[in-house]
Amino acid sequence: MTGYETVVGLEVHCELATATKLFCGCRNAFGDEPNTNVCPVCLGLPGSLPVVNRRAVELALRIGAALNCKAQRSIFHRKNYFYPDMPKDYQISQYDEPINVDGWLELPDGSRVGVERAHMEEDTGKTTHVGGGGRIHEAGYSLVDYNRAGVPLVEIVSRPDIRSAAQARAYVDELRSILVATGASDGRMEEGSLRVDANVSVRPAGATEYGTRCEVKNLNSLRSLERAIDYEVARQIELLEAGERVSQETRHWDEGDSSTHSMRSKEEANDYRYFPEPDLTPLVPDVALLTAAAEGVGAMPAERRHRLSNLLAAGSELATRRDGSTDQVVTVVDLGLDELVHGAVAAGADPRLALARAANEAAANPDAAKLLDPMAFAALLKMESSGQLSATQSKEVLAELMSKGGDPGQIARRLGYEQMDNASLGSMVDEVIAANPQEWRRYREGDDKVAQFLLGQVMKSSKGRANGKLVAEAFAFRRDA
Amino acid sequence: MTASPAPELGSLAGIAASVRAGERSARAVLAVSLDRVRELEGDLHCFNEVTVEAAEADADAVDRMVRAGLDPGPLAGVPVALKDNLCTVGIPTTCSSKILAGWLPPYDATVVSRLRDAGAVAIGKTNLDEFAMGSSTENSAFGPTRNPWDLGRVPGGSSGGSAAAVAAGMVPLAFGSDTGGSIRQPAALCGIVGVKPTYGVVSRYGLIAFASSLDQIGPFATTVADAALGLEVIAGHDPMDSTSLDRPAPSLLATLDEGVSGLRVGIVADFLSAGSECGDAVVAAAEALAAAGAKVDQVRIPELLLGLPAYYVIAPAEASSNLSRYDGVRYGLRVDGPDAETMNARTRGEGFGAEVKRRIMMGTYALSAGYYDAYYGQAQKARTLVIRAFEAAYRDFDVLLTPTTPSVAFPFGSKVDDPIEMYMCDLCSIPSSLAGHPAASVPFALSPEGLPIGVQVLAPALGEAVMMRVAASLEAAAPREARGPVTP
Ligand SMILES: [Zn+2]
Repeated sequence: MTGYETVVGLEVHCELATATKLFCGCRNAFGDEPNTNVCPVCLGLPGSLPVVNRRAVELALRIGAALNCKAQRSIFHRKNYFYPDMPKDYQISQYDEPINVDGWLELPDGSRVGVERAHMEEDTGKTTHVGGGGRIHEAGYSLVDYNRAGVPLVEIVSRPDIRSAAQARAYVDELRSILVATGASDGRMEEGSLRVDANVSVRPAGATEYGTRCEVKNLNSLRSLERAIDYEVARQIELLEAGERVSQETRHWDEGDSSTHSMRSKEEANDYRYFPEPDLTPLVPDVALLTAAAEGVGAMPAERRHRLSNLLAAGSELATRRDGSTDQVVTVVDLGLDELVHGAVAAGADPRLALARAANEAAANPDAAKLLDPMAFAALLKMESSGQLSATQSKEVLAELMSKGGDPGQIARRLGYEQMDNASLGSMVDEVIAANPQEWRRYREGDDKVAQFLLGQVMKSSKGRANGKLVAEAFAFRRDA
Repeated sequence: MTASPAPELGSLAGIAASVRAGERSARAVLAVSLDRVRELEGDLHCFNEVTVEAAEADADAVDRMVRAGLDPGPLAGVPVALKDNLCTVGIPTTCSSKILAGWLPPYDATVVSRLRDAGAVAIGKTNLDEFAMGSSTENSAFGPTRNPWDLGRVPGGSSGGSAAAVAAGMVPLAFGSDTGGSIRQPAALCGIVGVKPTYGVVSRYGLIAFASSLDQIGPFATTVADAALGLEVIAGHDPMDSTSLDRPAPSLLATLDEGVSGLRVGIVADFLSAGSECGDAVVAAAEALAAAGAKVDQVRIPELLLGLPAYYVIAPAEASSNLSRYDGVRYGLRVDGPDAETMNARTRGEGFGAEVKRRIMMGTYALSAGYYDAYYGQAQKARTLVIRAFEAAYRDFDVLLTPTTPSVAFPFGSKVDDPIEMYMCDLCSIPSSLAGHPAASVPFALSPEGLPIGVQVLAPALGEAVMMRVAASLEAAAPREARGPVTP
């Protein structure tokens, strides 16, 4: 609506892709049998104590570096509140001395969103309310799974720099790419590895003061995020237009009725009674950690997409993003296969073909694809471009190259895709002409449709081993002779 | 009434040597200990649980090792008692609270494993003030422990059960935890040696937390040498405790007999209230050290008096958070309700005793929005002042002397209605806790009514070796009848 400006700040919780939890040695895994990845520490049993997972610290620092944050000495605090899925009834989190502060994130359209902080904390367990319609106050009883309790999280808090629902979506999308690229997270929103809360307010256009904000929770997808912000903005504007005030509160997005509902007001909000966690010592990032984090970061997705797009001719019809990158480019960068493409192109492969094979066939098995030798990949692509291999054959060879490795030429020969020599090709063409005199006559009279038929006959008798381009040339040579 | 000397089991080194040599079986040593428990437990109530079968199995395991030519360790066959806030696999660990009654930990505290690895035989879990909050053991949900020197008086607290068990000769070694004096104060009131190590020297893993930044496990014994050996066995880095210091266990016994010649000893004048029998004992102790070659002087450290009020903000604040987990959801008592919140409230309302509730409320208040700076923040500043004052004092002195307690063991019920009066018991022991420094209480004198008086030796962080040397010198100068074990 005109006359108002939307102001959004996002809090993104990202589960770190560590092998073990933040403060104990339990497995950090999604989808296991409930309460199987638990121990005295993550169950908060009396007498147990937390010990920080160094790998989680490294990944948190890596995220901070990727978001242009300053890494600093940090401490953990206890955030105290009672909830059945919190084993200790306090959460170990970072408060006023977080590990990363003051960064920013550049979106594909070139806008920048400030990052206030990216701090570490532990996840809670998961409560399932059984009976009574699934809501806690009506529940017959509740079941708690503590597998997730103690899983390491990094909470990335943006500054209120976002001005639209679409920009909020672009921010989360870009952040997700970065988190995946750094290896810090799998970035799966549907599994809850990435959770987003939005602080939404509106103010009259041109105002310098912020309006009263509402925190919107339960945003389970990028689509919910966008819709919830749009809804909330409209709701707040409607209130203001009616001369009412927006009250500061936490609101729950309900996908079912496409609206937000008040969860608790500021007055009802918990007093978390933060105080420094006495069971842990300060985190002072040492040189080894900072170096490991910096080395883990590498080039950011935006920069890598840009480089990869530059390989291709401009103005592709596949372009879906404002920065001109295509879905294939996004996929390849997300999966970390862009270096493979660059390597193959440097070795002489066709850029479009390299990108297509990387984004489709290689992407089916990204772990194996990352181990591909760019030279071998390029050799294969060149065989396909030159017509030595059909597209189907090329994909078969690539599959074997990824699963077993080796030389693409040898694999092609072993699979019987070896190029036929000219002599046998010539005699095969002569046999087809002899067997199809009528078609040959029509071909000589200039019937293009029959050319395809003759070519097909040769391919058939060669069981696909013949090079289509050479076969066409052989027919043309005999016609013109 | 007066107590009489008890039969002695012998020194820890003596017991272990005879068991290791096969002269005496661990099972036979255990039998002596258990006989004594059977004889006196009815009067004293030192234990929440005596684990006879587990102890016999452990003793048999020690004896098997000896027969197999293996060394069970430096505490071979030594019966020990464990404060009931140390986790023990499959043995109820209750903190003397209804809220944890019957809870069976799935793991052993690091200290418990180290004792077993050293050949010790744990005979049971000792009584304490609920969640270690108190100075008399009257706050136990399972009834108080009595002082073997006078059954009408408290043994001190919170580790009253461990102190009384050693003082009565049931075990030669016991372990407690000290947050503001919970080892030293009962040691003094029971006429035995009690040591609180430097914070971080002993792992807290498996010690049920009261106030995490202050809690530290330490030994009770009748002699300084036995306490030193007990501490050596449990000390040393533990990767399961982030606050555990990354250094080996201190060597104490090796230098125990080196005397105090040339050491600079400061008497903390601020804690010598005129005419008190405990203050007089400190002066006498200082004279004994001077006679043994120490340079003794008085020192004023008025900042130490800030310790008590600071402690009674910081410890409850941490406790309010540490005790949140007793919510009825996962273990311990559950009193049902229509929803989780009501179940929580009912469980905690019924499960915790009055003193625990008082401290949870004080701590919650001190951490609340709007009050944090005035209470918790201010208390941390006072803590820093205490630390700085100690730093200054230790530029001039190697150790400091104070009374362990303002008074001798007091009669049951005499302080329960006045929390402040009860809190004052910790006046002299709290400063070292806040600073994370080591401190030991050594029995040094008897009051006119025949009750033991302890003198406290303070040292800077990691000063255990010097501290124990001074303690040994005091022990040598003290009358034998001032220390246990005794028979009530
Ligand atoms: Zn765990």
